[in-house]
Amino acid sequence: MAQEYRIVLANAGKIDPASLDDYLNAGGYKSLEKVRTMSAKELIDLVRSSKLRGRGGAGFNAGMKWGFVPETAPETYVVCNLDEGEPGTYKDRTIVEADPHLLLEGMAICAHAIRSKQGYIYCRGEYPFVVDHLNRAIEQAKQSGQLGDFNIEVRMGGGAYVCGEETALIESIEGHRGEPRFKPPFPGVAGLWGKPTVVNNVETFANLPAIVKNGSEWFASIGSPNYPGTKVFTLTGDVVNRRPFEVPTNTTIRELIFDLGGGIPNGKAFKAVQIGGTSGAFIPEHLLDTPLDFDSMRDAGITLGTGAVFVMDETRDMVDVVTRIAKFFEHESCGKCNPCREGTFRSYELMKKIKTGQATPSDVENLSTLSKVMTKACLCGLGQAAPTPILTTLEHFSDDYKRRLLAAIS
Amino acid sequence: MDIREIIARYQDKPGGLIEAYHAIQDEFNYLPQEAIREASLAFGISEAQAYGVATFYSYLSVEKRGKYIIRMCESAPCHVAGADELLKALEKTLGIEVGQTTPDGKFTLELAECVGQCQETPVITINSVPYTDMSPDKISAVLAQCT
Ligand SMILES: Cc1cc2nc3c(=O)[nH]c(=O)nc-3n(C[C@H](O)[C@H](O)[C@H](O)COP(=O)(O)O)c2cc1C
Ligand code: SF4
Ligand code: FES
Repeated sequence: MAQEYRIVLANAGKIDPASLDDYLNAGGYKSLEKVRTMSAKELIDLVRSSKLRGRGGAGFNAGMKWGFVPETAPETYVVCNLDEGEPGTYKDRTIVEADPHLLLEGMAICAHAIRSKQGYIYCRGEYPFVVDHLNRAIEQAKQSGQLGDFNIEVRMGGGAYVCGEETALIESIEGHRGEPRFKPPFPGVAGLWGKPTVVNNVETFANLPAIVKNGSEWFASIGSPNYPGTKVFTLTGDVVNRRPFEVPTNTTIRELIFDLGGGIPNGKAFKAVQIGGTSGAFIPEHLLDTPLDFDSMRDAGITLGTGAVFVMDETRDMVDVVTRIAKFFEHESCGKCNPCREGTFRSYELMKKIKTGQATPSDVENLSTLSKVMTKACLCGLGQAAPTPILTTLEHFSDDYKRRLLAAIS
Repeated sequence: MDIREIIARYQDKPGGLIEAYHAIQDEFNYLPQEAIREASLAFGISEAQAYGVATFYSYLSVEKRGKYIIRMCESAPCHVAGADELLKALEKTLGIEVGQTTPDGKFTLELAECVGQCQETPVITINSVPYTDMSPDKISAVLAQCT
């Protein structure tokens, strides 16, 4: 039976998140003290060899990312991505609500590695109460001198999904429309105000204090070797236990849904699960034994994404759900590049046509071709991933589509 | 507080335009025309640019809105949990359609994408406070709290 294993949620429910003393008594800020005795290079090597990979979706080695920041850069920034815009995801809120100082300590550890004096937390506009909560914690940490000369400021987003993309996020902090930039240059070289910037997800930062405390070998030995550690998943949809679970990354999808999640309610059967948020793949029964690590998921043609786990029972109609998702992307496309601006519009149009029984087989073919073009031609991850739900439901749940087409003929 | 005073608090902050907009909205519930004009002067950008930023973000509104802004999540997890019926019931109770404000200026009804409370779907927020596990029969009790 699969079990939870808590690293980033170790203090959750055990300490009062509003109390700095509680955090200190649980060993808080000791890791930050320890890294101050290390050189930046030693720290980066430690994080790199722990094999900690980004928890925001792209799965990039965190230490390696920090290593891109030029050693001689006079001004650098640490940016925490708390945009959490993927529908079905509430893990970063869970972590920060339960243990805000853990995030601050993680960011300060990163600041030591890249010699930064200024950090920003970009918090989604839907979480103004989290902004207050974080500002209180920052004030406590500053007053008691924990953060040294590192400052952290919270900036609030404005309800645009694309602002979770790191360069759009940077544009937004700079006070602009949140449109992604062309890469390269990557933020590690030219990010916020053109200065070298590390952008990491909340959960990535939150793993750092434990890695510094227990060492890289300890971390590398947990879960799957290529994507070690734990991952926080948030369960939604047709599943008994709709709440966050932190599990080692070698846990399988089936164990997460059926052991921890308690399975499908009301005696219904499983039909599909979408993992990683609304841009994730729809996964059928026969792939449920895939472990929840980045590489195993990718090898199975699916995505790990942010940790959203949206379960659907046998009564759910994939065409209905995917039409809804197509509307999401049409709405959230920032419009900067043509393949996504037009593509998300046409995808939604075609999905509506299919849903209302007016589509022919050639419409479905066009939808499939358009989807494949978008994965290649769109500028940022939004447009590239937008077709995933369409392509994976066409592949695994084609009956739901065919049924609609028959209706059109008769 | 007056718009110019609010903007002045953020004028020297790097990238402070969006922060200023949030603060103005906290006060007025939307961004009046004057806010765009004043912000463009204070931040040294054109009025078109200031407007472009204001209209990019779904949380910011250049249209006048009610005292209570009700946003209903229609993302997939809320969708399968019955968001459509909830929306119909909200429209019926309020006597307005989505995107409109009640004639007394009290409520504005908007659609939103996931608000990050998907443990108990469907979800609405009223002035950013989440109400989870909503259903049509809970609407009147929730609205009664808005005085
Ligand atoms: C459309 C889009 C939305 C994204 N949203 C988020 C988000 O909400 N949170 C997040 O951490 N990363 C998000 N990302 C990924 C970021 O661009 C970036 O890879 C990540 O913040 C890096 O942190 P990590 O290496 O710690 O994962 C998004 C990417 C795209 C393309
Ligand atoms: S892919 Fe979509 S969201 Fe990304 S830059 Fe192009 S239009 Fe904007
Ligand atoms: S999907 Fe509705 S709150 Fe997340």
